Amino acid sequence: MTDLPGLTIAAARTALRKGDFTATELADACLAAAEAAAPLNACSVLTADIARSQAAAAAGRIAAGDAPDLCGIPLGIKDLFCTKGVPSQAASNILAGFKPEYESTVTARLFEAGAVMIGKLNMDEFAMGSSSTTSAYGPVISPWRRAGPGDEATPDLQQMSSPPVIRAGVTDTFRQKSQWWPRSDVPLTPGGSSGGSAAAVAADLCLAAIGTDTGGSIRQPAAFTGITGLKPTYGRVSRLGIIAFASSLDQAGPMTKDVRDCAIMLKAMSGHDHGDATCANIPVPDFEAALTGDIRGTKIGIPGEYRLDGMPAEIEVLWQRGIDMLRDAGARIVDISLPHSRYALPAYYVIAPAEASSNLARYDGVRYGHRAALQPGEGIHDMYARTRAEGFGKEVQRRVMLGTYVLSAGFYDAYYNRARKVRTLIRQDFERAYAGGIDAILTPTTPSAAFGLGEIDDRDPVRMYLNDILTVPVNMAGLPAMSVPAGLNEQGLPLGLQLIGRPWEEAALLNIGYALERAAGFSAKPGKWWQKSAGDAKSGAG
Amino acid sequence: MPIDKETARRVAHLARIEVADADLAALAAELSGILGFMEQLAEADIDGVEPMTSVTPQGPHHRPDVVTDGDMADRILSGAPDAREGFFAVPKVVE
Repeated sequence: MTDLPGLTIAAARTALRKGDFTATELADACLAAAEAAAPLNACSVLTADIARSQAAAAAGRIAAGDAPDLCGIPLGIKDLFCTKGVPSQAASNILAGFKPEYESTVTARLFEAGAVMIGKLNMDEFAMGSSSTTSAYGPVISPWRRAGPGDEATPDLQQMSSPPVIRAGVTDTFRQKSQWWPRSDVPLTPGGSSGGSAAAVAADLCLAAIGTDTGGSIRQPAAFTGITGLKPTYGRVSRLGIIAFASSLDQAGPMTKDVRDCAIMLKAMSGHDHGDATCANIPVPDFEAALTGDIRGTKIGIPGEYRLDGMPAEIEVLWQRGIDMLRDAGARIVDISLPHSRYALPAYYVIAPAEASSNLARYDGVRYGHRAALQPGEGIHDMYARTRAEGFGKEVQRRVMLGTYVLSAGFYDAYYNRARKVRTLIRQDFERAYAGGIDAILTPTTPSAAFGLGEIDDRDPVRMYLNDILTVPVNMAGLPAMSVPAGLNEQGLPLGLQLIGRPWEEAALLNIGYALERAAGFSAKPGKWWQKSAGDAKSGAG
Repeated sequence: MPIDKETARRVAHLARIEVADADLAALAAELSGILGFMEQLAEADIDGVEPMTSVTPQGPHHRPDVVTDGDMADRILSGAPDAREGFFAVPKVVE
């Protein structure tokens, strides 16, 4: 039997319409895969009953010949999206027990299109983090493991198909079609904040997932797990019903197994919504129809400022390979300058916490979620402060207080207003490049491959923030951008390349991503080591 | 500018987050570290630059001026830790 959860949306769409299997069989296969993947901690809740009833309805639509692209397709939903009657907690204890009375616009659109929800996916608390470790549900573990000595007693093996391997100064490929490597059992992060979404797609627990991206939270985990992720133009996708972090930066997007699936998902998610005043009332193109792979004459900008001091050689090599691949596909490569890039990260860490401190003011123990117990003689102010101390994790508290500080009297101009002016300069950098005829910009997605859990000290938040240095400028400027898996490093971990597009031109962006995907030929999958506990040790295939 | 313990106490109060006295010094150090990172912004030349207020500028959306929802007090109260007689219930505010 085909490995059903390993299918792309496009492949499953064809097979479902042909009747090769039913939507119910597909949903059951994904639910079984998700249940067997408990060690990854990617899912906060599995919604088997909803999945089965949605799958049965989808099967009916397919039989009746009324099958939109996503009809019968099992998806994972980041816990940040409100889903009616299903726990939606933003991975925070402060929303413990919260079951929304309404559906987010994005999930409502996906369900109308026939999609099947297998469950909610783990993430950093309130999407604040780059490693999916700040979650109230505990950290997400990446399905990927480094090459290296594993546990001697139970050798951990992983099958690799022939992906390009990125080495410092050398580009190599495997000679054989497949090869077994010993794997280290050091747990790695899938990235964050949409780490559960990335892990679930990479581990084949569902066909695709949705995430959100405030400073790189779709693209960085996509790069860390060898999948494709797209952050749309700000305003392409409605934010109604997405638990807010930083409203001027947040945008939902697809996380998928390939670029075509990204195009299919984006079309279903996009479109005007009266419930979100920033959601644009412009037509949604057929993104999938734009995937010709022909990028001859396209101008690709390479920003010198993204060549960071101390960037690992493997990232430099990856970037150069991406440049070569696009040039070989007929694109023109142009050096460009985005001179204010270095200010993007510090400006982001003023603006995002400032907006978060305002958005998260609503969690006070009155309307939903957790409320702290009071001692005799204590009043409502004690209730607010203790509820928030008990309910928010450390990183969320840190950012709320930071945001409160930069908005407070005497510091508003020095920090918040200055950051908003710097934001204008960052956007103008991109506008100048695009006015000069650049169609898209190519950079690495992340400054490194995935790191091990605990390898970045929690007491050094700035080091963790540096993960987002290549992705944050995109959110500051409101642009669309995607991460495409482009190779493995010497330790066998995926690396991604980022393509940044012109505003509202996701179709052209996806087509360039499609050309890059075809040239890179990335097909590696993690070995399913987590299934060992289920007595299925040898399933390393992918 | 480094944040001292008193400033940390004030920020925690403004943010309505209870922080134990013993934890204020560590909090002040953490916030100072992050603010130190932000000091780079002081180097940017922002003379004459307008603050960015709209990410993807667009006009206001119009829709018919009609009531589109409401009358759902029970649903709104359903997630509350304490709700009584159609209201959110909180500890006594006025003596």
